Order: sequence, then C-alpha cells, then structure tokens
Amino acid sequence: MQIPIETLTLPNGLTVVLSEDHTAPLVAVNLWYHVGSANERAGRTGFAHLFEHMLFQGSADVGANEHFELVQRAGGTLNGSTWLDRTNYFETVPSNQLELALWLEANRMGYLLPAMTQQKLDTQRDVVQNERRWSMDNQPYGTWWERLPALAFPIDHPFHHSLIGSMADLDAASLDDIAHFFQTYYTPDNAVLTVAGDFDAGDARRMVERHFGPIPRGAAKPPLPDMTVPPTFGGPLREVVADDVMLPRLFLAFRSPVFGSDAYYAASVAGAILGMRRGSRLHRALVREQQVAAEAQAFTYDLSKGSDLLVVDVTARPETSVGTLERAVHAEVDLMHRAGVTEAEVARAVTLIETELVAALQSAGERADRLSMFATYFGDPQLLNQQASRYRAVTTEQVNAVIRERLGRDNRASLLYVPRDADTEPTQSDLAMAEVP
Amino acid sequence: MSTSTRAPSHAAAPRPRPTAPRSYHFPHFERRTLANGLQLIVAPVTKLPIATVIAVVDAGAEGESPGKEGVAALTARLLPEGAAGVDGAALAERFERIGASVESRADWDITAVSLTALSARLPEALAMVRDLLRAPDFPEREVARLKDERLAELLQQRTEPRGLADEHFARALYATSARYAVPAEGDATSVRALTRADVRAFYDARYRPAGTTLIFAGDVTTEQATAMTEQLFGDWHGARPSPVTADVDRAQAGQLVRVVAKADAPQSELRVGHRGLVRNTPEYFDVVVMNAVLGGLFSSRINLNLREAHGYTYGAFSSYDWRRGAGPFVVHTAVKSDVTGVAVREILAEIDRMRGAEIGADELTLATSYLDGVFPIRYETTAAIAAALANLVIYDLPDDYYDTYRTRVRAVTTSSVLRAAQAHLHPDEIRVVVVGDPSVIAAPVGAVTGMPVDVVSPETIERTPSTEAKS
Repeated sequence: MQIPIETLTLPNGLTVVLSEDHTAPLVAVNLWYHVGSANERAGRTGFAHLFEHMLFQGSADVGANEHFELVQRAGGTLNGSTWLDRTNYFETVPSNQLELALWLEANRMGYLLPAMTQQKLDTQRDVVQNERRWSMDNQPYGTWWERLPALAFPIDHPFHHSLIGSMADLDAASLDDIAHFFQTYYTPDNAVLTVAGDFDAGDARRMVERHFGPIPRGAAKPPLPDMTVPPTFGGPLREVVADDVMLPRLFLAFRSPVFGSDAYYAASVAGAILGMRRGSRLHRALVREQQVAAEAQAFTYDLSKGSDLLVVDVTARPETSVGTLERAVHAEVDLMHRAGVTEAEVARAVTLIETELVAALQSAGERADRLSMFATYFGDPQLLNQQASRYRAVTTEQVNAVIRERLGRDNRASLLYVPRDADTEPTQSDLAMAEVP
Repeated sequence: MSTSTRAPSHAAAPRPRPTAPRSYHFPHFERRTLANGLQLIVAPVTKLPIATVIAVVDAGAEGESPGKEGVAALTARLLPEGAAGVDGAALAERFERIGASVESRADWDITAVSLTALSARLPEALAMVRDLLRAPDFPEREVARLKDERLAELLQQRTEPRGLADEHFARALYATSARYAVPAEGDATSVRALTRADVRAFYDARYRPAGTTLIFAGDVTTEQATAMTEQLFGDWHGARPSPVTADVDRAQAGQLVRVVAKADAPQSELRVGHRGLVRNTPEYFDVVVMNAVLGGLFSSRINLNLREAHGYTYGAFSSYDWRRGAGPFVVHTAVKSDVTGVAVREILAEIDRMRGAEIGADELTLATSYLDGVFPIRYETTAAIAAALANLVIYDLPDDYYDTYRTRVRAVTTSSVLRAAQAHLHPDEIRVVVVGDPSVIAAPVGAVTGMPVDVVSPETIERTPSTEAKS
C-alpha cells in the first residue's frame, strides 16, 4: 500500500505536502509548526499551548470565534494540539471548501496580531487554567503527564518542564509575549502544510501560492539547547505521589531511542510485546495470571530529539499492596531484560502495529497529520510509506539488543501514585531505589 | 502591544467561496437472512485491504432481570476469555498473531462483538469470532476476575469527578426501579452478587441467531461474506429472544439539586438536565438541530457563553444520550469552583431562551450546514461505516435512513426547532448534580436554583443492603 505524495517548497520556505485520494468528497488540511513547549523560555511554561488557543481567536479578516464557526458552517471538523516539540492545526472539510480552510490557516499565519486583544488573552488564560484543572488537578493521577517528563529529563532540559504550564506562569503571559512568539515561531519557513484527500493538485498548488505566498519568511529562530542525554538514567529514579486516588498506579519510564531511528522501531516492538493489547506480557502476567493489576499497558512518547521515553503504566487491584505492585512490574521487566523475547512475540507485535497503521490511514486527517509529522521532523514525508516495511524489517536480535541496553535497572524512572490516606507510606522501597534529585 | 514587523501591509486575498459540491452517497449495502433467522448486512468498501465485522446481538443491559444489573456487560466481556475449550490467553494470542482486533461490549441496547482485520486474515479471524459467539466457556476463574476488575473500576470512580457525576445524575433522573438508574455495567451491589450461572442464563436467553445481525464493511464482497456466515453460523439454532419488558426509563418525580462532596475540589463537575427522548422519536432531526444550537457545537450558545464569553470552563456541551428507551438529556461541563453558581444560572437561562423564541436564521444554518456537510467525513473508516449500519439494526431505522439523512437535516426550520424546544425541554423537571466542594458551591447553587441543596458523599451511591435483598 503506497500513498501518493508530492512535495514542494514556496519561496518563503513553507513546505507543502499534497496527497490525493478521491474516494470521498472531503479534504484534510493540516499545518505543523515546529514549536512546542520545549521552545518556551523560563517563567513562561504553558505558553506554547496558551498561544495555540489564541490562534482560534481570529485574525485580521476573521472575527473572534469565527474560525470555528466558518469551518463548522462549511461542514468541517477542526482542532489544534500542542506537544513538546510541535503544535498542529487541522481541519477536514468537504472538498469544495478546500480554499476556505487554506485561507483561514493563511490568514492566521500571516495576519494574526491585529486581532489580538488583552480581553481575548485574559479569557483564554481562564479557559486554559480550567483545562489544567479539568485534565490534571481535578483528575485522579492527572498530574502524571507533568511529573513524568520532569522526572525523566534533567531540570534544564527543554522536555523537563510542564506543557500545560503553571498557574503563575500562565498568569504572567502578556500580549508582548504573544507578538514575540508569533514573530519568532509562526513563520512559513517553520511550518509544514499538508493537504490530503479529494483535490486537484494544480488547483491546490495555485490556492496555496495565492494565500500563503505573500507571507514573508521569518528570521532564524533561536536554537534549542543541546537535547542530548545519556542513553540511560545511570541509576533508578523514583518519586512517590500521595494523591486523591483509590488504587496505586505505577508509571515506569525508560529512556529509549529517538523516534525515527533504526533502534526506535526495535524499541517500539519491545514496548508492544510488553504492553500492547491483552496478549502482551504485562497483561498476561499481571492482570490475567497473578491478578495484581486491574490494567496494564505500555507506550512510547515518540520524541525525535534527545531521547524518547518508553512508558509502562500499571494500575493495582484493590487488594494489591504498593510493594507487591512495584515488585511484580519490575519482575516482569527484569525477566524480559534477562531472557529477551521470542520470534513469535516479535511477529505478533509487528502484525498488530501494521494493522493499526492501515486502519489509521483510512482517514484523510490521519494521513495528513502523519505526512506533516515526517516532513517536520525529518524533512521527508515519503517516510510514511516506509513505516510498514521498517517495522517488518525489525529482527528479534535487534529487539533483544535494545532490551538489553534500555530495560535494565539503571534505566528506570518510577512515578508511583498512592492513595493519600493509605496507612503505609511507601517512601522506602524494598527495591532500594535511589532518591529523586 | 507591539506592532508586527511582518506583513505590515495587509495583503490577504478575500474570503473564498465554495466551489460546486461533489456528490456523496453513503456506501451501498445489501441484506441477507439465513434460514435460522440470522441477518447479514454487507457494505463492500475496497479502498484499503481491511474489513470490519460487527456482530450485533440483542443482549443489552435493558434485557437484564432486576438484581442482575451488569450481567450483559460481564457476559460480553467474558466471550474472549475462553471459548470452545481454548483459554483467554491463547485466544488473545491467536487474534493478535494475525493482527486482528476484537472487542466485545454490551451497552444499554445490545451487545456488539467488533472485529477489524486485514481482509486476507478475515476468514481466520471470523472463525474465531464464531467460537466466541457460539461456544463461550465462561471459566469460573475469569468470571471472578472480571467481576473484581469492575469492582476496582467502581472503587476508582469514587475520586473521579466525571464518572461520579454521570452516575449520580442517572440516579437523580430515573426511578429506583428503572434500569437506567444503575450503570449499564452494574454497581457494586449487583456486580458482587453475579455468578457464573447468571452469566450462562443470560447468554442462553439472549444470544440467539434470530436476534443477531452480522455487519460487514470493507474489503469483502457480499458473496464472500454470505458464504463465510453460512458456513460459520448456518447451523446455529434457537428461537428469537423474548422482547424486553423491564422498566427501563421511568423518571424520578420532581426537581432536585444535589452536591456530591469532593472537598477542596478546584473545579465543579456539573450535570444539568432531565430525562430525554427515545431514539425513535419522530422529531429526531428537529431535536438534534435544536441541541446543536443549544450546546452541541463548539459555537453553540452554551459553549460561547460559558467558555468564550466568561472563561468559566474549558468546554460546555449539551447532549442527548440516544437509546431505545429515553436516555438522559444533559448539559455537562466542569467549571472553576467559585463560579459554579453563576455557571448553573447561565445554563438554566440558555435552556429557557431556547424555549422563549425562535433561533436566528444564522444559528439554524450553522447547525444544519454543519450536520449536512460533515456527513461524508463521519464515514471514512470501515469501523465507522459498520457502526452506522449497526444503528439501523439497533433502532430499527429504515434502509434509506442514510440516503435521506441530509435532506431531513436541511428540512428543519426555526419554527420546528422552537416547537421541539418547547415540547422537549422541561425547566420544571431539571436536575442539577454537582461534584465539588460543598463549602464553596452549595450556597450559590441553592441561591440560583431556589431549591434546597442535598449534599451527599460519593459513597452514598452504593445501595443499602435492604434494597439489594430482592433476588
């Protein structure tokens, strides 16, 4: 299965990826800006995400709240999202509305600032602070996605700090920050635009040139500090969080090869053997056989710089003690580290991953998003067509090599949630884990 | 603010107009019926080498006997935990080895066993689904384990505001005897009491060829699907399951304002609404458009008010939970604790405003052109097409339902929306349920509703032993 892909670059540096598919009269427009929370300066955590909200507040020719309304009135779906190293904006619209979607994206890329007001910023600050309460502060275990990167990356590393941001930093964000961030990062040469679905390539090229062509190139953006970290933590890390939860839950993170590298595919397969679906090792051992866990899974962050993280996530059963949970999870990882995996396990994982890929690529929005991703991270959207073969090429030896290198005791960051009112405070683990710095 | 150094002259082209739309038809499908009454619907879609099969079984939670709440969900989840003498671990391994994903879940109306696989692997995968549906073993150990996992989930929910709010809201809407008052997966009282014999009895009563439809969508022909189904299910026998007669959706009388205490909560999880409508209501399209304007879309009245005008919340929406019986109509949001009272006031005012006057022509066209335009986007995947076809079966909708959907959306008018709002929004039946910090929110919520506020603890959801002693 090969997806047709055409790439061009406008004189202002905008990378444009076109992928035609005339199955249904719809088209996905997807824009990746190569900026995320990693680019935030000190004292402005959460700004990249707050800024993403501001991009829905109108631009020179689009009124407040009109962006959503125009796309929905056109019969389209839309959203945006912010990640550690990128921010994306996307809509899927009926194919006869392609130019509207392109015009809206171009209008806010080129002419955002005239629409920015203090009142809009204050409202979106409130909205984002409520998003933080909703997704993290008032949700059991909700702070894990702030605490885990903080535990797994050194304090001065761009991935260390909170993506959603602290309330104080959000309070401090100003209109000057908006203007500065926009001028620095929201430039055509720092973006990838993908159009996927039912369109004529010639028409699309003309529309893209008409709407994005006049937007000037930006100045060079400030370089990120060196992201390199050693391949392992060099010793176990551990943090215990007493939270308003009923059941203990353990997040165990390993530094793993960066997304896109050869070793990444082997690590991704190792993660799937460990924790993808009910046939995985963790589910079989901890949920089904030992019955110490209610849920068990593993996943990767897919970070393309510095280090990726492979994360094991296991929630205890009510009768399982914190010590039992920790011992059981580490024992499973130890077993895999000691004895490796079999060819049959690798085959299961690769087949599952490949089927999931095919299922995902049915949707124009998914195709567009992945094309933007490969173009942004590696400058090559064609990599999407190589994913299945790269997974199929993974050998058992490669998986076992990455397991030996990355799943040892010297490479585990353990974030453990325990019920706040529990009698036993497990500050001292019988695994003799080191204190968190 | 500082001025942009970029684009000093405003050079944007004017707002583009749409070109002529390309036509779209919902995927063509065919029906077959086997001699044993099993139905078959096939929608060949050949874009990618993948197919989805959903087996829709007339075995929803509404078919449970009193005291057995949760047995439908437990039965469904047990299907892949042992069948035809093969244990759950081996079954999982067999499905996953060929990349197939299989899920079996019961909801209020039905049980669905859903399979997605590369089309080359479909015959093999479907043969295993046959065993799940026709020869489940229900091993004692797995019955005990899945019960324990449900109890763990219920325990966790005591500190999870959203699940807690939904569960307390359902209990506020429905009479104690109504099935909808208790979660579809059962509560701690009912789940603890379930046995393997209950599961077996429910399976025997509800899993029958004549109450089952197999839906195929994707890279498969009608002939292939029919042949596979004949071969795997042709010799399955049994009479049609008896119709459901239980009290499913009887409403609790009167209004109610309840605070579920979560001390120091930084946010209040809000549910405001009342019993809604059955899926087959004749005014379905008027109600859907009415709800889109009220709180169904991002640009709806409730979200623009609570989020964009006031910044009270990350999002505020209203929805109808469509079921065979009358599911909830609910406005749901989470707001900063200190604005809980005013947020409730704004929600109630928006509900009143829907009933007070016709919506604007712009509001109507926003909702209708959205629902009309987004229609093809909803059916990009084999899983989505199969799920849409399942709805025809579950709600007994006509075969031309998806062909006429867009015309019917466009036929909704501002006056039919007003009639729907006046007929189906009931301010005098509103229940307000808030999970939050009572010391901050009880007084303001009482003040804006003019109602006594009933403060309860999260644990009060457990029924007392006296009500459980009916089995």
